[in-house]
Amino acid sequence: MPASFDRRRFLQTSGAAALAVGVLPRAAIAADPLTIGIVYVGARDDFGWNQAHAVGVKALRELPNVKVVEEENVPETDAVSKTMESMINLDGAKLILPTSFGYWSPFVLDEAKANPDVQFRHAAPLWKEGDPKNSGSYFAFLDQAHYVDGVAAGLASKSGKLGFVAAKPIGIVLRNINSFLAGARTTNPNATVQVIFTGDWSLPVREAEATNALVDAGCDLITCHVDGPKVVIQTAESRGVKSCGHNADQSPLAPKGFVTGAEYKWGTIYTGFAGLIAKGQPLPNITFGGYDRDMVQNSPYGAGATEPARKAADAAIAKLRTGAPIFTTAIKDNNGKIVLANAPKDNYAEPLNNMDYLVEGVIGSTH
Amino acid sequence: MTDAIGAAAHLTAAPPRRGSTLALRLRAGSEYLVIPVLAVLAASGLFGLFLLAVGKSPLTFLDLIWVGGFGSAFSWGNTLARAAPLVLTALTVAIPAQLGLTIIGGEGALVLGGFAAAAVAVPFVGSGAPALAVMPLMVLASLVAGGLWIGLAGLLRYRRGVNETIASLLLSYVAIAVTLFFVEGPLRDPASTAKASTRPIGALYAVGKMPGLNVHWGFAVGVAVAIALGVLMSRTTFGFAARITGGNMRAAQAQGLPVGRLMMSCCLIAGACAGLAGYFEVAAVQGRANASLAAGYGFTGILVSFLARHNPFAIPPVAVLFGGLAAAGGLVQRRMGMPDATVLVLQGFIFVVLLASETLYGRFSLFRISGRQGRA
Repeated sequence: MPASFDRRRFLQTSGAAALAVGVLPRAAIAADPLTIGIVYVGARDDFGWNQAHAVGVKALRELPNVKVVEEENVPETDAVSKTMESMINLDGAKLILPTSFGYWSPFVLDEAKANPDVQFRHAAPLWKEGDPKNSGSYFAFLDQAHYVDGVAAGLASKSGKLGFVAAKPIGIVLRNINSFLAGARTTNPNATVQVIFTGDWSLPVREAEATNALVDAGCDLITCHVDGPKVVIQTAESRGVKSCGHNADQSPLAPKGFVTGAEYKWGTIYTGFAGLIAKGQPLPNITFGGYDRDMVQNSPYGAGATEPARKAADAAIAKLRTGAPIFTTAIKDNNGKIVLANAPKDNYAEPLNNMDYLVEGVIGSTH
Repeated sequence: MTDAIGAAAHLTAAPPRRGSTLALRLRAGSEYLVIPVLAVLAASGLFGLFLLAVGKSPLTFLDLIWVGGFGSAFSWGNTLARAAPLVLTALTVAIPAQLGLTIIGGEGALVLGGFAAAAVAVPFVGSGAPALAVMPLMVLASLVAGGLWIGLAGLLRYRRGVNETIASLLLSYVAIAVTLFFVEGPLRDPASTAKASTRPIGALYAVGKMPGLNVHWGFAVGVAVAIALGVLMSRTTFGFAARITGGNMRAAQAQGLPVGRLMMSCCLIAGACAGLAGYFEVAAVQGRANASLAAGYGFTGILVSFLARHNPFAIPPVAVLFGGLAAAGGLVQRRMGMPDATVLVLQGFIFVVLLASETLYGRFSLFRISGRQGRA
């Protein structure tokens, strides 16, 4: 610190900074790099959804001739419109990646209409025909990584009773739960998954309560689908049970019980966008994928992952990379009703997108 | 809350001995400008030291505040848009403050007001009902919802002696919970899966932008309301009675002033301001009611009002200052690689220094009207 307080140095640097700011044109920069703006709804180091995107952006920063501007804690109000406009007007951004669900309507749609020469890609499957051509959606099928979590959990858990703390009983969450169970059943045919829904994306107190309740009910491995899994993982660790992560890498939070976690690999999508723009090619309106397209990954194995669990998970990942299906038998819901007599061979098949049920083996209710 | 007495004393002070009355009154009035400006400068100085301590240049920071908040037409649009809800939510604090009431529950009244506006509009969507009929209804609903909510805190204070600060804050959480109950339950748009919202109010009933500006009408309306309430509080018997009550409630009661009615009126007006802010959030920004209505404008309004010393006329410029800081905060994040909390640190410095500067009023003989020296 003392160096910072040196008067002469301060005058030199701040004077130079003032000069530089005054002399340089504010948006235009010599080599004309591609400026990409990323907007986060929360903090970039939240061990969850936002961190997963920030990790992807790091990959983007390593590209030559790409300039990244990031803004965090931007609420889903007028503020996000103004942030996007500011990135376009003051930073010269040509691609905007607003990463929160609630940014889309009306904010991203309005900005896309008002700025036809700027590309907008939003991190949720919401773009449809008729929406602005310069806007679009990207998303990744995290259920494939949750399936791998399940494969490892089936062997890492002694009791076979797995716990799942989930935000809301909607399709994307139900699918992760069902895939987690499908994975666990491949390594432990008697495994069950008990679910507690907290009701919203970020309710830390209820998430801790739910984790404790699941442990009290006999679950010895907990995973989750909430925005920031930090509380769930830490609570599980303090209760002495194992855990699997979600969204980003939570292994530092649970040095004893962490098995592995389902992580997005947004970097693949982001560097892909930058590459297309560099080549002068149009960006697709919809981008999606899973393990087969390198868009999801599993966290590094933690101390909770036994040797057989690691081997089985590695094998499952290798199969998913070739596009092997997650659901192989008839899909039955946990009320005994057969929902799909023949499970689709394709992990991206339409019926799987509309899951509104929990499969047999999951203890819990969607209501 | 000695302001009111102080202001009243100025009006009734003995005629000055030398110089023109106007010049002296200007000099006396300038105290209310000079001290806050000095306070903001002092806070900026402290914040500059903070920046140096973390190895960042204060000059770069100042330049980015200028560029991001005030340096261009675009930046002004950004600033005014962010200031728009703050003008109204600051009035929610400032009006009851004239009576010595500290109301901090504007957030809930805003959310409830916005929800009421959406709830009224949604049944008419697609019915062909003219905007000229539905929009006033939406405004009315938001005024009533917000007004009754803060009015309830005022009633509890007047009738039962319940602390209005705590009551309004707790009622705020109730208002948000009630809104979320309807938004996630009976009034939910089935199409909103991951983020529960009411059905959209549609383009017909939406409020547009002011001509030539990328700012919605909420800002102009907020400024107009601030001026109207400023006149009400400083130039009418109602305002005078309110300020007397704020100075000494028992004395006001002894004088036969209708203290209860004054309290209720001020709380209803205050709540209506927050409700109106909610109306604009729904009609001009979100297009529907959902959890994003609780974006913290009600709480930032508290800061704005205190910074403006609860003077309605001073609220718009202070709100613009805060809007500018918020607008520039993003640029600071992007260019200096500093976290979002940086601007909050600056706001904190400003708030603390400003509160501390309250003790300076009346201490400088420069601002005295009468020739008397020393403390009053």
